Amino acid sequence: MPTQVTVFLENEQGRLAAMCRTLADANVNMSALTVADTASYGVARLLVDKPGDALAALAEAGYRVRLVDVSAVEIPNVPGSLALLLEAFDKAGLNLEYAYCFESGKEGVVVVFRAENIEGIADIVESLGYRLLKSADL
Amino acid sequence: MTAKEQERYYQQEIETMSPEALFALQSERLLASVTNCYANIPFYKRSMDAMGVKPGDIGSVEDLGKLPFTTKQDLRNAYPFGLFAIDVRDRVQRLHASSGTTGNATVCGYTQQDINNWGDCFARTIAQVGGGSESIIQIAYGYGLFTGGLGAHEGGIRSGATILPMGSGNTRRQVQMMNDFGSDILACTPSYALLIADTAIEMGYDPAKDFKLSAAILGAEPWSQGMREEIEDKLGVMAVDIYGLSEVMGPGVSCECRAQNGLHVAEDHFIIEILDPETLKPVPDGEFGEVVFTTLTKECSPLLRYQTRDISRILPGECSCGRTLRRMDRISGRTDDMLIIRGVNVFPSQFQQAIADFIEVTNHYEIILTKKDQLDMVELRVETVPDFDFDEIRRIESLQQRIAAELKSSLQISVKVSIVEPKSLVRSTGKAKRVIDERQL
Ligand SMILES: [Zn+2]
Repeated sequence: MPTQVTVFLENEQGRLAAMCRTLADANVNMSALTVADTASYGVARLLVDKPGDALAALAEAGYRVRLVDVSAVEIPNVPGSLALLLEAFDKAGLNLEYAYCFESGKEGVVVVFRAENIEGIADIVESLGYRLLKSADL
Repeated sequence: MTAKEQERYYQQEIETMSPEALFALQSERLLASVTNCYANIPFYKRSMDAMGVKPGDIGSVEDLGKLPFTTKQDLRNAYPFGLFAIDVRDRVQRLHASSGTTGNATVCGYTQQDINNWGDCFARTIAQVGGGSESIIQIAYGYGLFTGGLGAHEGGIRSGATILPMGSGNTRRQVQMMNDFGSDILACTPSYALLIADTAIEMGYDPAKDFKLSAAILGAEPWSQGMREEIEDKLGVMAVDIYGLSEVMGPGVSCECRAQNGLHVAEDHFIIEILDPETLKPVPDGEFGEVVFTTLTKECSPLLRYQTRDISRILPGECSCGRTLRRMDRISGRTDDMLIIRGVNVFPSQFQQAIADFIEVTNHYEIILTKKDQLDMVELRVETVPDFDFDEIRRIESLQQRIAAELKSSLQISVKVSIVEPKSLVRSTGKAKRVIDERQL
């Protein structure tokens, strides 16, 4: 399963920039970043080329940071493809904690998500003709 | 065998006395002690006269509130022997003094009977950890004017144990003898117990396996639950907390039993009161306040209602060890730290205790007080432990809500709980600034 880096950030001027600088100094490259924010803090979720290095660098710099297993599915970049996927999940009683998407190349979109119970995901994805991604695919 | 079957007492008839019998004993001794104070210590005659109270007005413990208080400053003002009930050259056997970083030292005298009673109090502690006449007790408290070393020593004498009077220092030799002699009980400060453990490990021992040591009686400085666990793990012992002040007697005023849930007070020798530091009125059992002691049997240096400035509470309910002497909680702060929030007396340590049960957060915290529309607002800032899975925001929110609910129930005030990054909290090296009061007072 792909590994996501999750970082706890206080809502504070320049904190996200500082986090990015720490990763840059550790020569870590980011391919996706999303920030969920609340009134007093944010949770940054990122996909990087070297999760282990990112973890070490951020922990060393004093951040609360976790490596999290997430699921990633490649779907066609056309209207309705995400709706189909989520409807199938819904039907199977699968609850998503969060999800985010980014384009991959011209044709595809990658959907990254965390769900409570991921048993049976592979079958659902396959039945729609989509592709479940491994770490190496990202 | 259960703990109860194995329970060992030093003075079982006293330690398991019924509350009624204890009340009668305390009342009788209180009258005798007040009479001694009034007759032989001019300071107490003056203060009792000023309040219009005579020894004969003290019919029972319930009349305690009629008596004057004694402060540390009163002891300093009386330097050196002004509060002695006996001439120092008469029956006084020994003098102890606490070092005064500000002002005069406080001096206390002990008759032979005072020393025997003190030894009895400490000997109860030795029995509480399962020790007795067959035990070897290694005393690594400092000997001298400080009450630690000689207090433990008297306890060793009264319990008939074999005493190894090491004093503090020369730690490698300390470890060597602990190993060679097979010491059963270690008595010292918690920080010194840790140093002994670390030194032993450094010397190539595994104290938990190699040493016979089974218990540690530790006191004279504040220590945390984490420190207790570390000492217990490294030394392979049960570590209990012992409390005492040199002004009141020395170590043994109260001590934990093997239940490690509160310190049994030697109530046959001392009356404990927990008072609201502002009003000086008693608070109900279970609530925090200033610890105040009245001595019942001290001949040379009796004290009426001595304000310790220590914060603790009475733990309600019975102890599993079978002792009926009431338990005080471990000291959780000083009266100087008290906060008044929306009219409620609150101690920073109460926040600490409330979060101690949450394994999701560390023991670092900060309390921020502000005012909004004339109302006190409280924010508690904590950080999560590295293992806490905050990837799902609802976990963070649930944690905040659960801590807030716990604070609401234990402090009776609403607290906003904020999770912050580790960098935002001052680390507790020495006296960390845990309270930031931004209210315009
Ligand atoms: Zn007990």
